[in-house]
Amino acid sequence: MKRLSRLRRHRAAGPILLVFALFTIGTTFQVASAVSNTTTTAADRSATIEEGKQLFLKGCSSCHGLNAEGGGIAPSLIGVGAASVDFQVGTGRMPMADMSTQAVRKKVVYTPEEINALATYVASLADGPAVPTDAVLNYERDGSVAQGGELFRTNCAMCHNFAAQGGALTQGKYAPTLMGVEPKQIYEAMITGPQSMPVFSDKTITPAEKLSIIKWIKAAEKEPQLGGTALGRVGPVTEGLLVWTLGIGLLIGVAVWLAMKAR
Amino acid sequence: MSNEIELIKDPGLPAHVHRRADDDEKYAKRAETQVSILFLLSAFGTVLTIVSYVFIPTDKFIFIPVMGETNAEQLLLGLGMAIALFCIGAGAIHWAKTLMPDNEVIAERHEFRSEDEDRAEFVKTVKAGASAAGLGRRPLIKRSLGLALGLSGLTPLLLLRDLGPLPKENLQKTSWKAGTRLVTDPGDRPIKPADLEVGAVAQTLPELAPGEERTLNNIGKDAVLLIRLRPEDFNLDAERLSWTHEGIIAFSKICSHMGCAVALYEQQTKHLLCPCHQSTFDVTRAAKVIFGPAARPLPQLAITVDADGYLVAKQPFTEPVGPSFWERSS
Amino acid sequence: MTARERIAGNVAGYVDDRTGAAKWMKKNLTKVFPDHWSFLLGEICLYSFIILLASGTFLTFWFDPSQREVIYDGGYQPLSGLKMSAAYASTLHLSFEVRGGLLMRQIHHWAALIFMVGIVVHLLRVYFTGAFRKPREFNWIIGVGLLTLGIVEGFLGYSLPDDLLSGTGIRIAEAIIQALPVVGSYIAFFAFGGAFPGEAFIPRIYTVHVLLLPGIFLALITVHLMLVWYQKHTQFPGPGRTEKNVVGYPLMPIYMAKAGGFFFIVFGVTAFLGAVASINPIWLYGPYTPGQISAGSQPDWYMGWLDGLVRMSPPIETHAFGHTISWNILIPGLILPGIMFTLLALYPFIESWATGDKREHHLLDRPRNAPNRTALGAMALTFTLVGLLNGGNDIIATTFHLTINQMMWFSRIGIVVLPPIAFVITKRLCLSLQRADRELVLHGRETGRLVRLPHGEFVEVHEPLSPEKAWTLTAHEQLAPLELPEFDGAGVRRAGAIKNKIRNRISRATAVAVPKATESERRELEGHH
Repeated sequence: MKRLSRLRRHRAAGPILLVFALFTIGTTFQVASAVSNTTTTAADRSATIEEGKQLFLKGCSSCHGLNAEGGGIAPSLIGVGAASVDFQVGTGRMPMADMSTQAVRKKVVYTPEEINALATYVASLADGPAVPTDAVLNYERDGSVAQGGELFRTNCAMCHNFAAQGGALTQGKYAPTLMGVEPKQIYEAMITGPQSMPVFSDKTITPAEKLSIIKWIKAAEKEPQLGGTALGRVGPVTEGLLVWTLGIGLLIGVAVWLAMKAR
Repeated sequence: MSNEIELIKDPGLPAHVHRRADDDEKYAKRAETQVSILFLLSAFGTVLTIVSYVFIPTDKFIFIPVMGETNAEQLLLGLGMAIALFCIGAGAIHWAKTLMPDNEVIAERHEFRSEDEDRAEFVKTVKAGASAAGLGRRPLIKRSLGLALGLSGLTPLLLLRDLGPLPKENLQKTSWKAGTRLVTDPGDRPIKPADLEVGAVAQTLPELAPGEERTLNNIGKDAVLLIRLRPEDFNLDAERLSWTHEGIIAFSKICSHMGCAVALYEQQTKHLLCPCHQSTFDVTRAAKVIFGPAARPLPQLAITVDADGYLVAKQPFTEPVGPSFWERSS
Repeated sequence: MTARERIAGNVAGYVDDRTGAAKWMKKNLTKVFPDHWSFLLGEICLYSFIILLASGTFLTFWFDPSQREVIYDGGYQPLSGLKMSAAYASTLHLSFEVRGGLLMRQIHHWAALIFMVGIVVHLLRVYFTGAFRKPREFNWIIGVGLLTLGIVEGFLGYSLPDDLLSGTGIRIAEAIIQALPVVGSYIAFFAFGGAFPGEAFIPRIYTVHVLLLPGIFLALITVHLMLVWYQKHTQFPGPGRTEKNVVGYPLMPIYMAKAGGFFFIVFGVTAFLGAVASINPIWLYGPYTPGQISAGSQPDWYMGWLDGLVRMSPPIETHAFGHTISWNILIPGLILPGIMFTLLALYPFIESWATGDKREHHLLDRPRNAPNRTALGAMALTFTLVGLLNGGNDIIATTFHLTINQMMWFSRIGIVVLPPIAFVITKRLCLSLQRADRELVLHGRETGRLVRLPHGEFVEVHEPLSPEKAWTLTAHEQLAPLELPEFDGAGVRRAGAIKNKIRNRISRATAVAVPKATESERRELEGHH
């Protein structure tokens, strides 16, 4: 104890004690606040899940089942992940308007918060691809447009056409146009494989490569008319149509005028 | 009244109807002005072309309704040319129609057939020529000439022989060997089974040995599509099932019909569609043709994993890939 | 004599001293051409051909027909740094770094499409008006040759830039060659200098595209035009027009101005299309590699019907004795087109055999007055059109919310069912149009004015037809069917009995017509009123 009292009387004792006290208070506060933060997030999350569950029961369960286990007409959602929900509901494909050949892109029914709640609920059922964050989606910085084009032509053009305008699949299904689709949704489609579309795994097409694909699609979308009106960018069919209508039409029109007797 | 049927008669060429410009100098003057305006418009078109070529930078874009953001140089250069050419034509035609005489003229046709005498003369000349040459009397000459001419026709065919090598085994074989790794196209990364989720596809090529270059000829035969299904989705015989690995199945991407790349995979129906001629293949039944003109399934590549856990070919393709050819045995 | 006239006279004299051209020119400068808009369709082809020669020459100055691999370092960013062939890279260079290069490329491609449209509509005009009849059968055959070569030439041009779309086209062409029995793989290896795609094909087809075929075109077009010139143009029936004359305008100056002007019109319209409408945007297709494909890969329209036939073909292959025959490629890709073009080329002879008509014809038929021919034409056209529709079935399906499977089945059934239906409908339509003509000549034009007769009946006033119009509607001949003997005098079947029987049958079908109105009938009707 003597030793302690001697230290206590040391002239540096005051300042050291002060620093120590401040440090302790600070750390304690930090830890305390951190603890309280995690508890609130967990609470929020379970609240979100609950909200999502309620939305799900109201809007989705009639087809996908009360526990998202799927039914005769709709697939199970266990393990599809938040990305899948965000894509399907965020593009308005879900809820489906009618049981036709495939869900179509239409007006979005839910608010972003509701979509988040639904996605969180479905993600809570089993692990699955998460919604990519804005930090991940920095395709302008991380993508290469030329590499993206090459990847697009190898992996995407066979369905979505060389200029991402969409194309026909079997039995009336189709690959939609990618013009005007948000980068996040393109990314989600690649990792979740919605409807007819297959999944493009992160190992076979790396996240960086996916960003390149998005960058190329965006470049194609923004590309101005280099050679005049684009005729839908679907290849020779519309070109043939134009030459059989406007082209030969103009020429025959002039020929008729040429052979008409002047008054 | 006679029973002869009387046909409607040809009233003959109608009298020439005068145009306004024929009778009224005012109209003629107006037509002259119109023609000149067209020619002047054409001159303006050429000026527009020159100005566009010289002064508009190639990266200048302007917004045109209907067309959108359009390259200004390309558009104005073309429109200038179009105006210049079209107006010369329109001016010339308008000139011809309004100011040049428009009286219709009748020309008589002559018979093409030669006079009988000429025909007879012709036959005689040919016969005389032939007999002077003695073609009929000297069969040896006729036959040997025929032989010589016929044979000489072979020379150009012979010379074309070196256009290309003989096919030999080329159409039968691909680069795939037992143990060749499947790598991503593009990217050339080897693939582990775990890299592919159920419902995933991957475009692959055989791994290159160090220093090897991949040519388009290789890709044209070697391209392979990997698809992962749930193993219970397969409807395969035991052998074909053993060619898959953990639900991953590999097919040649070169269509068995006309060689287009078949990579249009529908995850839900598990069908592969060729966008060229719409042959549809059922992946669960070893790419059996279920629609369209293709007559054969896509060749399946047997796969397994190597010691490092990467996907490799178990054996080469057991049949030629791509479109049919005469020497193909099945 | 003015100074200018003197100089012109001297030049003309100088030339004539050495060629004697004056005599020929004197006669031909006043050559008469009948005026009708449909007689300009062939000119559209001629002028597009000239445009193709001019614009094509321009393109060759920059285009590098080589499949050597290069790394792209040009101005089009989305392809920067990619491997591609020199052919593709030089086409990009031509499009983006040569001022007016893209315009010329587009003019060249639009001119090619117009050239082919021109050939087809010209052919239809010649067919449906019977202009192919004696003495013009040779020219018809040359025309069919030009059509065939045009398809080949167009396909080669489409293949040259070595983009993903054109490479896919070559891939399919290679598959067709490879499918030939016995020699297929050999010919394919010779043509491609080895396996597909190799590095030899584009340089080779380049020579064919810019030298060999244009040379043949030039020769055939020259002969085609010389025959038109020499045989004089056909004309539609009308007052004062007979089999023995030709009514129209003299070459100098009217036809020169009109035809010369029309050249500039065709060039102007082509330039307009080149300016405003993008065609074959190869930079979007990307460089060719056999591992890639785009949805909606189509050929240009003049090949579209062939592609459509290939698509709808049933999946038949024969495997026997260690060999394969691909009927699914051979039938739609070679056999059917072969039959179609052979029948097309031989049609003038078939018709004259069936009708027994061996006379010269310079007056054209109105299509309705040759119902059988018109119906056959409609039938062939329907066949080709079903093929063409199926060639674009994927684009049509997505545009009109159909399925490619429905389109395919529609085509598979339609290609068999629709042509005969088209035949029947067209033939009936022709006959009712003939009936309408007859009514018109006998009763005159309905004026729509009603008049009340003294006894209370209302009748519509008919205005009598002008003599010119009446003549135009009745100038055509109506041939009686052939009556070839099947039995000889003793009632025994003759040697050619079956042939004669067939000819009689066809001839009877060809001769079906509504009797045309005659002056006698008109007079009789007048007597009744």
